[in-house]
Amino acid sequence: MKRLEKKHPLAIRWFHWINFPVLAIMIWSGLLIYWSNDVFRIGWGSHTLFHLFPDKFYHPGPEEKPLYTLDHKLAMGMAWHFLFMWAFFLNGLLYVLYTAISGEWRYLVPNRNTLKEAFQVLLHDLHLSKYHPPRRKFNGAQQIAYTSVILMGIGSLATGIAIYKPVQFAWVTALLGGYQWARWFHFWLTMGYVGFFGIHILQVLRAGWNNFRAMITGYEVVAAEEKPF
Amino acid sequence: MSENNSSEIPETPETPETPGLTAPGFTSPYVEEVLSDEEAERRIRRMSRRSFLSGAVGVALAGAGWWWLKELQPGSQNARDLGDVAWPFRRSLELNDKLAQAYFRDSRPVPTFPRDQAREPRGNAEVVDSDDFDPDTWKLALVGLKDMSAATKTDEDDTPKVRLTIDAIKAFPKVDMTVQLKCIEGWADVVNWGGTRFRDFLLKYPPPTKSGKPIDLENGLDDLPEYVALVTPGGAYYVGIDMASAIHPQTLLCYEMNGEPLPLDHGAPLRLAIPVKYGIKNIQRIGTITYTDTRPADYWAERGYDYYAGH
Repeated sequence: MKRLEKKHPLAIRWFHWINFPVLAIMIWSGLLIYWSNDVFRIGWGSHTLFHLFPDKFYHPGPEEKPLYTLDHKLAMGMAWHFLFMWAFFLNGLLYVLYTAISGEWRYLVPNRNTLKEAFQVLLHDLHLSKYHPPRRKFNGAQQIAYTSVILMGIGSLATGIAIYKPVQFAWVTALLGGYQWARWFHFWLTMGYVGFFGIHILQVLRAGWNNFRAMITGYEVVAAEEKPF
Repeated sequence: MSENNSSEIPETPETPETPGLTAPGFTSPYVEEVLSDEEAERRIRRMSRRSFLSGAVGVALAGAGWWWLKELQPGSQNARDLGDVAWPFRRSLELNDKLAQAYFRDSRPVPTFPRDQAREPRGNAEVVDSDDFDPDTWKLALVGLKDMSAATKTDEDDTPKVRLTIDAIKAFPKVDMTVQLKCIEGWADVVNWGGTRFRDFLLKYPPPTKSGKPIDLENGLDDLPEYVALVTPGGAYYVGIDMASAIHPQTLLCYEMNGEPLPLDHGAPLRLAIPVKYGIKNIQRIGTITYTDTRPADYWAERGYDYYAGH
């Protein structure tokens, strides 16, 4: 015996799937810009563990016919970045407004049980514990992840404008510790999205088809006796 | 749970078509309806077909849009043929510029730094007129002044221009400031610039006003020419600056760097120090300054960059 349970509202599915290519374009065009002054690294003092990014990253494969090229495209990167920033901003703004007005935020914003539950989910997913908290629309770990990524989005907009208009928005730049720190935060937030994306894909693969399909149709097939969300 | 129980589940596959199966909203009769495994499967399959179909249309449209934009992007053959960034990019850059100019205020100063943080900035000016430039015979040429009666021609230049020696520029009160020189590439170096406020210079060598009245900078810039064009003596490098940025109090006609006379490889005898713009607008070795209402040619804007390039 089964039920079809509504999981994701149509609006949220659109926001989600529009954000995917838009954020991809922002990251790609951001890399085209970053290439021209790629100063960030992982290391301490004068010791560099990893330079972001090695030359090969920008044009992998044979020198004469690389698989792709990300270098020498600063103007192209800026043109894309400053067009699609509007799509990123508006889509994000509409998502936040929608979740706030529809009440969907109740499923997403962490509450006092979140931290404990997130920890339980983490232990379970790392195969350190057999216990999994009861099924809900979004578990504690998801609440933290999906709320953090929105805060990161706001962070990208703030650090972005601190770099883009550092005189007119000098107070934002100053709050971030100056122009170079604003660049640093902007860059590492982007690396954060890449990390989020990796874990997100892994978890979607683990959760399976029924869960993934719900992000497209809006419905999940559940056992009849399951408690509704 | 609804009043349905398992014995009442229709065994026949032909359930009536229900409109709004994938409609938005939180409430749906399907949420609580208990279904046989087969019926649940049948319904979710039908919903999946529809959703995946509209998803596929969306992906196709996005792909077409992507392909179209890629054909037109800066650096593409089409953009080179057009001699510019294609219109979707240029329009968005210009919209951004309009917003930036509407938000721009003189009263928001460029942040300054302690003098001892200043050092020699990276030199990035690869576009130079020629190697045999002689700073001693250099004069600053002016075009588009209200009073062009002193304009002269020279052997090399048969356009009448008002010509000033460096002493005429040094005659103004010297202003110095320690600010970041921000390259469009991303780096920023702290430099101390010394020179004449462009604002002061403009009031002494004014352009004509549209109303014919004397210049009144406090009451808006509508009465002034919209742009200032600056070109190197040989014409190899050229920038256009909007008037609001040109008369910003921290825009200098600069002849000193870090307390020393401006070196040749940083644009001696006279360069523009305009910290409300990226380095690309801080033109070195100014030859001619023109006041104009026509948007001047700009070296990097012609190569796909944002014309405004301002902070």
